[in-house]
Amino acid sequence: MKYGTMGKLTGFKEFDRELPQRRPVEERLQDWKEFYDYSTFPAKKLQKQAARCMDCGVPTCHAGCPLGNLIPDWNDFVYQDRWEEAIVQLHSTNNFPEFTGRLCPAPCEEACVLGINETPVTIEEIEKNIVEHAFAVGWIKPEPPANRTGKSIAVIGSGPAGMACAQQLNRAGHTVHLYERSECVGGLMRYGIPDFKLEKRIIARRLDVMEKEGIIPRTGVDVGNEITAEDLNREYNAVVLSIGATKPRDLPIAGRSLKGVHFAMDFLTQQNKRVGNEPFTAEDILATDKNVMVIGGGDTGSDCIGTSNRHRAASVTNFELLPKPTLDRPEDQPWPFWPMRLRSSSSHEEGANRNWSILTKEFIGEDGAMTHLKTVNVEWVPSQNGGRPEMQEIEGTEKEWPCELALLALGFLGPEPDNIVAQFGCELDQRGNIKTDENYMSTVPGVFAAGDSRRGQSLIVWAISEGREAARGVDSYLMGRTELTSKEGMDLPRV
Amino acid sequence: MKTRHSQPGFPEPFGLYHPRYEHDACGVGFIANLRNKKSHDTINKALEILVNLTHRGACGCDEKTGDGAGILIQIPHEFMRQATSQEGFSLPDVHEYGAGIVFLPRKKEERKQCKELFERIVKEEKQVLLGWRPIPVDNSVIGDVARTAEPHSEMIFIGRGPGIKDDSHFERKLFVIRKVMENKIRESELSEKSFFYLPSLSCRTLIYKGLLLADQLEPYFYADLREESMVTGLALVHQRYSTNTFPTWDLAQPFRFLCHNGEINTVRGNTNWMQARQHLFQSDRFSDDIEKLFPIITPGASDSAVLDNALELLVHSGRTLPHAIMMMIPEAWQDHKTMSKEKKGFYEYHACVMEPWDGPASIPFTDGQCIGAVLDRNGLRPSRYTVTKDGFVVMASETGVLNIDPANVEYKGRLQPGRMFLVDMEKSRIIEDVEIKHEESIRRPFTQWVEENRVTFGHLPDARNVPATDFDTLVTRQKQFGFSQEDLKIILGPMAMTASEPLGSMGDDTPIAILSDRPRPLYDYFRQLFAQVTNPPLDAIREKLVTSLVTTLGAEQDLFQESPLHCHQFRLEQPILTNRELKQLAEIDEQNLKGTTLPIVYPVKEGGPGLEKAIEDLCESAETRIDEGCSVLVLSDRNVSREQAPIPAILAVGAVHHHLIRAGKRTRCGIVLESGEPREVHHHCVLFGYGCCAVNPYLVYETIDDMVAKGMLRDVTPVRANENYIKALGKGILKVMSKMGISTLHSYRGAQIFEALGLNEEVIDRYFTGTPSRVGGMGLEGIAEEVARRHHPAYPERIIPESTTLAVGGKYQWRRQGENHHYNPLSIAKLQQATRSNNYDTYKEYAALINEKSSSVGTLRGLFELRIDPTCSIPIGEVEPVDEILRRFKTGAMSYGSISKEAHETLAVAMNRIGGKSNSGEGGEDEDRFYPDADGRWRNSAIKQVASGRFGVTSHYLANAKELQIKMAQGAKPGEGGQLPGYKVYRWIAETRHTTPYVGLISPPPHHDIYSIEDLAQLIHDLKNSNPQARINVKLVSEVGVGTVAAGVSKGKADVVLVSGHDGGTGSSPLTSLKHAGLPWELGIAETHQTLVRNDLRDRIVVECDGQLKTGRDVAVACMLGAEEFGFSSAPLVVMGCIMMRVCHLNTCPVGIATQDPELREKFEGKPEDVITFFRFVAEELREILAELGYRSVNELVGQSDRLEMAGAIDHWKAKGLDYSKILDKPVAWEDSTLYCSKVQDHGLDKALDHELIRLARPALEDGMKVEEKIEIRNVHRTVGTMLSHEIAKRYRGDGLPDDTIVFHCSGSAGQSFCAFGSRGITMNIEGDANDYFGKGLSGAKITIRPPRESTFPAEENVLVGNVAFYGATSGEAYIRGGAGERFCVRNSGVRAVVESVGDHGCEYMTGGRAVILGPTGRNFAAGMSGGIAYVLDDSGDFAEYRLNREMVEPEPLTDNEDIAELRLMIEDHLRYTDSAVAKRVVDDWQGSLEKFVKIMPTDYKAALERLAREAEDDKTKVILETVSEGA
Repeated sequence: MKYGTMGKLTGFKEFDRELPQRRPVEERLQDWKEFYDYSTFPAKKLQKQAARCMDCGVPTCHAGCPLGNLIPDWNDFVYQDRWEEAIVQLHSTNNFPEFTGRLCPAPCEEACVLGINETPVTIEEIEKNIVEHAFAVGWIKPEPPANRTGKSIAVIGSGPAGMACAQQLNRAGHTVHLYERSECVGGLMRYGIPDFKLEKRIIARRLDVMEKEGIIPRTGVDVGNEITAEDLNREYNAVVLSIGATKPRDLPIAGRSLKGVHFAMDFLTQQNKRVGNEPFTAEDILATDKNVMVIGGGDTGSDCIGTSNRHRAASVTNFELLPKPTLDRPEDQPWPFWPMRLRSSSSHEEGANRNWSILTKEFIGEDGAMTHLKTVNVEWVPSQNGGRPEMQEIEGTEKEWPCELALLALGFLGPEPDNIVAQFGCELDQRGNIKTDENYMSTVPGVFAAGDSRRGQSLIVWAISEGREAARGVDSYLMGRTELTSKEGMDLPRV
Repeated sequence: MKTRHSQPGFPEPFGLYHPRYEHDACGVGFIANLRNKKSHDTINKALEILVNLTHRGACGCDEKTGDGAGILIQIPHEFMRQATSQEGFSLPDVHEYGAGIVFLPRKKEERKQCKELFERIVKEEKQVLLGWRPIPVDNSVIGDVARTAEPHSEMIFIGRGPGIKDDSHFERKLFVIRKVMENKIRESELSEKSFFYLPSLSCRTLIYKGLLLADQLEPYFYADLREESMVTGLALVHQRYSTNTFPTWDLAQPFRFLCHNGEINTVRGNTNWMQARQHLFQSDRFSDDIEKLFPIITPGASDSAVLDNALELLVHSGRTLPHAIMMMIPEAWQDHKTMSKEKKGFYEYHACVMEPWDGPASIPFTDGQCIGAVLDRNGLRPSRYTVTKDGFVVMASETGVLNIDPANVEYKGRLQPGRMFLVDMEKSRIIEDVEIKHEESIRRPFTQWVEENRVTFGHLPDARNVPATDFDTLVTRQKQFGFSQEDLKIILGPMAMTASEPLGSMGDDTPIAILSDRPRPLYDYFRQLFAQVTNPPLDAIREKLVTSLVTTLGAEQDLFQESPLHCHQFRLEQPILTNRELKQLAEIDEQNLKGTTLPIVYPVKEGGPGLEKAIEDLCESAETRIDEGCSVLVLSDRNVSREQAPIPAILAVGAVHHHLIRAGKRTRCGIVLESGEPREVHHHCVLFGYGCCAVNPYLVYETIDDMVAKGMLRDVTPVRANENYIKALGKGILKVMSKMGISTLHSYRGAQIFEALGLNEEVIDRYFTGTPSRVGGMGLEGIAEEVARRHHPAYPERIIPESTTLAVGGKYQWRRQGENHHYNPLSIAKLQQATRSNNYDTYKEYAALINEKSSSVGTLRGLFELRIDPTCSIPIGEVEPVDEILRRFKTGAMSYGSISKEAHETLAVAMNRIGGKSNSGEGGEDEDRFYPDADGRWRNSAIKQVASGRFGVTSHYLANAKELQIKMAQGAKPGEGGQLPGYKVYRWIAETRHTTPYVGLISPPPHHDIYSIEDLAQLIHDLKNSNPQARINVKLVSEVGVGTVAAGVSKGKADVVLVSGHDGGTGSSPLTSLKHAGLPWELGIAETHQTLVRNDLRDRIVVECDGQLKTGRDVAVACMLGAEEFGFSSAPLVVMGCIMMRVCHLNTCPVGIATQDPELREKFEGKPEDVITFFRFVAEELREILAELGYRSVNELVGQSDRLEMAGAIDHWKAKGLDYSKILDKPVAWEDSTLYCSKVQDHGLDKALDHELIRLARPALEDGMKVEEKIEIRNVHRTVGTMLSHEIAKRYRGDGLPDDTIVFHCSGSAGQSFCAFGSRGITMNIEGDANDYFGKGLSGAKITIRPPRESTFPAEENVLVGNVAFYGATSGEAYIRGGAGERFCVRNSGVRAVVESVGDHGCEYMTGGRAVILGPTGRNFAAGMSGGIAYVLDDSGDFAEYRLNREMVEPEPLTDNEDIAELRLMIEDHLRYTDSAVAKRVVDDWQGSLEKFVKIMPTDYKAALERLAREAEDDKTKVILETVSEGA
């Protein structure tokens, strides 16, 4: 018998990794709905997947998860059909498993012990199912605080960091106003992530719970312009800046100003508004019948690919500056660390010509509109001084591609510096993010920061984690002590 | 040079050493003339006995200084008369005077003062001083060390004063005089008071003893002992083996009434109880003298001396010697099926008067009128006796100690477990056990008294208002008492489901409690002690007939009286109370039994002072209630609340217990605890260890109810789940007790078998008096802080959803919010990455994670800092190279069976390649690994382990080791055995272990040939004989006193002593042991080094350290504390891919290391190269440290503890009170000596008889020719035939020579370990008898033994061979015409043996072979027997009912023809070889005999054989099918 009476000992030997099937590509390109076909995956199957969890002595998944999700514990609950305890355990570290269960790239699975010599446990899928089951049964109910502390807090920015922070602070008894510049709550998750990855009703469902718990969203308010730092200081006992890292990296090459060159986020946001029936003023950016070049091989790039295909683009091509990663782990990025390896999303599956080690040199156009773009192949040579490898262009590899729509998905450079951050006078760190102490308080007392605006562009799990930890900082600051929990312990570093 | 000892006795405590932990053991013997005919010859014979027991003693650092020897005789009146007349005074008649030998100071002035004082006291006591007589001694015969502390010896003569009625009265008076004298000297200011000692003062007996070797006793006291007029009718002799070389003249034995071979495990508790009890003494025998006797127990005395103190008191209280002995050392009576009602009554009555003195003991005793002996309940010491036709009784630890003409032997016997025998010289007869005990039992109506007075739950009215589970407040209270989800999931769940304790594996890498950042239960600060070497742990499962959880509760009465009221006590069958039972006890209200409840809570906001005040109040109320007549004190924390926090239960219990001892009221009540706090087995053990009688863990019951309600526990009712939990606790408590060799809860209670780690002196002195706590730690303030840290989360100011769940835990499985673990995701990853990529920088990242100097590391070494003096540092190039250092590295003992072949061999290949050593573990080793493969890979384990199971230990195995390791204990579970479940015994495992596939294998808790230190010396000797080139290594586990054990091991001639830390261990272990037994190696290594150096024993032994060593810095610290070789286990496993699943015990290791599952083994990816890389990195890191410190080699660093210091500025909330000064105490080497091993032990093999045997056998050894010779043997020839067997194994490997190639006909008494590990080809035929360990480890040899032809006694009625014959034997044959002692064929896996009777525990743990017993067996036959077959001739017809342990076997009639043929053949051989009369009778009436035979076959074995037969059939079919398909 294992330590406890729990878990299935040999599940990992008996069952193979299995995920729900994805809907057929042709079918899903017709709509904006999520790409999984859950009907193929009854609960019994999921429980077998949970039984693959080995309940390790040192669960590296739990360190690999930036939220510190108690993965073996809820895997076991699922295996044992104790779903209600599973959601309690899951919620104890993660306010929004329905978001992470869909959007997280699952560093936990890369850290899963079973992954050393087998396929890892389908942690993320189990997580998603726990919360969906709980919503379906009605276990997820508003949990307003019994008493109010009388303190009020403004959380600026309603992305996952702001939402998590708001929920935690509200539960601690504070009055929370959640500010959002756009019409709807959700931030990047609302406007950046396409519906085929996260249908927006999922956000609304959670927001509904939060509102019933007493959180007051203030959407459509542009903090910094409509409300100043001074106003906030006057009205609130503390302020949390979770304003994201929204400053996109540009590609300042010849032809950048041609028509047809767009930041990916402009493209994605517009499509999200379109799907959500939100009005927008800008001109339509549509990929329909165009040769689309998506520049940048990350998740945003992938989202652009999926969206373009749904627009019925003539062709979709993807460029990545770095070399093509291997399918397996590189040797210098061993288990359990997060490896740079070739990942293919559902969007890639839907069709894209992926190119690596390629640099975009110039946008070429006629009459102010782009018709082509020019690239050159590059190679990465080891640096002389032992630093990062250096990029060298390969002579004679220049190429012109027909292109009417280029989407720049090159990452983000930090929070927009010239608004509320500047008004408060918060110091920034070397990378342009808001500088804080270990309690997430910025250099301005009472002003806290969380999420991408503090950490820099990162994953949704990190955003939630930041929001939770910042809430602890705020609560301690206001009350002298806190009842909110911390994830504690170690996070696996990047290698 | 440091001066050697100038004072006799133990030194003051130094460093971690404390003289309290000294041990001794010995050989004992006596001779008595049945008709009390006094003669000088009796003294000569006694001295001969003594000399022939020399090998059971030891000598110190100089070869002529013994550990002590002595003789007790009757007062030789004629001699005394002559001697005193020479001194100018005359003596009155016999018994009209008393005489004593007095050790006096050497300074004349002080000697004079002593004598004057003595004279004054004699006068005050109204006796007459007759005179003094100096005793002539010859101190040229003794060693230098003995001489430095030699006292001046004189005899004193005291005449009987007026008013003394009789002998006994006079003896009492002399006792009082001695006590007063001892007390006065102790309190005096004399500079040489440690020289003063009174070996005896009596009108009946006289004791000559001293720090002597056996053969020095007579020449030293030449003038007296050689005198013809020195006559006696009886003589008791003793040869001592102590664990030190300090000159202690007074600890030589005999003591006044007894000598003792063994060890009293419960002595601390016994001493406390005696102290508590003495306030109740009222004796008209002593009247006003009573006070003069205090303290009854001499402070600082050895366990044997304390035993003598208590016995002496009981005898003077008017009890007979046998009565007193029966009280102190009762046999196992509780579950005895055939014991008489009267005797049970006697024992039960006396259980209310005194707790047992528990531990191995062979105790000859005498009052000068009768002489006798008793053996402990488990028969753990050998005691053999011979009665001669000319009227002598000779008893000793061995047979053959006195040369007795075989024709003169009336009969021979052995003392059996718990039995006594007595020579009544006045009545000129031997009184057997049954008769003595019956007489004592009916002297008073004890049974009736018990029946009329004993109270049980059945007598009590049902309780009112039994509390029920309160689900609403459960989580709050769980939090308040510190429950975590892990407690539920990992501890309580399994206990409630399976009724047994959960298992874990891979050691403990979490912080010790005092260094943890989290609040820990106070129990965690108490580390369980355990038996190693000087006494054996028990097997509470297989030998449960000697164990008992019964306790009594209530007020004790005066020890000097006997009345029915004495047993008006409450009898508890087991100590865990249900809520109903608790209520019943709390409400009890009868004459002499009255319950009362005292709350144990305090206002949490008042912190430490509030806690202190609450405890003071508690103690005061306890005392008041007792004065008011209450005798059942229930301490309860039921009334906790938001304001009131519970006092940690153990603190409350310890405080009340010790307060009442000090107040003299402890024995007037029983302490019962009603608490929400205790949950684990360990918690309860600590409570009982500090005097608690019974515990009601109510919160656990409620938790279990809740777990059932929630579906966490399925298919079980709450009632059953709670019963299971109680049952699991009972089993666990028995296990913890038995680790210390304690068999009854009654004597465990209050025995304080713990060392505190992390509590300061004030807390210890006040609440846990007498508990060792050597590094200080926190006080009440810290304890209160821990309580508060548990309390506040239970009552959060604001409720948030997360705050309604329990903390996650993290003690057993790593969690971010839990305890730190050394092996965490990052350290594991970095170590694997570093070694696989051969990247030293990554290794340094790993090492930094481990070495980080802060309390978060959680180890004592984590708080050390190296004292670097930059001016001393040297370039690293000057430090000895990595390759030199690698030779000091070893991998830990992990058996093939616990880990896979792939993992096991990878380690061996790696270690052989770098010149280090891998360790076979205890599972034997495949013979094809002994020799290098064709490709040069050598898979041989350099260290071959010899553990208690002796699996695969053959002469061939032993011959192929560079080092032989005797595993006395292992870090993960010291004091425990192990079990390899049948499903893990795959075919290949069974093969290397010489057992049967699919049959579970049990490693017993003790080595059955080591119950005592002199036994260990014997095994060392045996192994050295089995492979003279191999070093002998003794593996110990760190605990308080390990240093003294190590000193004893060094004196026992071990070449290496390994001290393991508590936290090591890779195999599976009960979590209680994994987490709570043993101590960090920092303490063990330092204590060992300090003790060895001070005893001048350091330079002859290598000190090795292991236990969670992970980096070069760890090695450096171990080295500076005194170690010079280093073992690693978990780190190399991690290098090979281990990711700390901690499922080693489940066979599901997902990386193919700790599994035998072929599918999982394929996943193994470890490489020898990676392991080598790891060790090179560790060595390189060590070199860097050496260079920094300025040392060129490891040897230079050994013991340089002054280059370590405790990290400054520790402001950890708990750890700030730690004090490392005792660890860092640095002893200085003796002149001409070193702080590391620089000499080799003299094993004395040159004296072995085997050299002669090898010479005689040369034609056989060299050319395979037959050899047949005759030899004479004596008991001093030990381990005969073993070196010869080694020669065979070396030349002819495992196969040996053809049977009967070398035949020796031996006559005489065979010494211990006769033909141990005897190889095939040897035949030994003995005419005579034999001692213990006969044929142990037999590896194919054949032995026959029969009494001398001249003997007249019926052979089958006598004991011919000693205890533990054929232990761990793997093959061979044996025929014994006569009986054998205890544990015949224990763990036999292949020998076919015939014997005519056996003692208790026959065929215990047997896994294979055949045993034929043609006569009676003792109790508990076939306990733990998992394989092989025994055939027992059951004449009485009640064998299966009373003496067979049926847990694993079934008795069957003998019907199978194959069985019958096999049996017949063996009996015919027996007849042919030994002329056995029994065999003849059986063969003559074969059909009639067959009906009386019972076949004993283990059920698992039967199933396994059937399965194997099926598999063989399948294989055959498969072969046929394959052949057919190939043909097609």
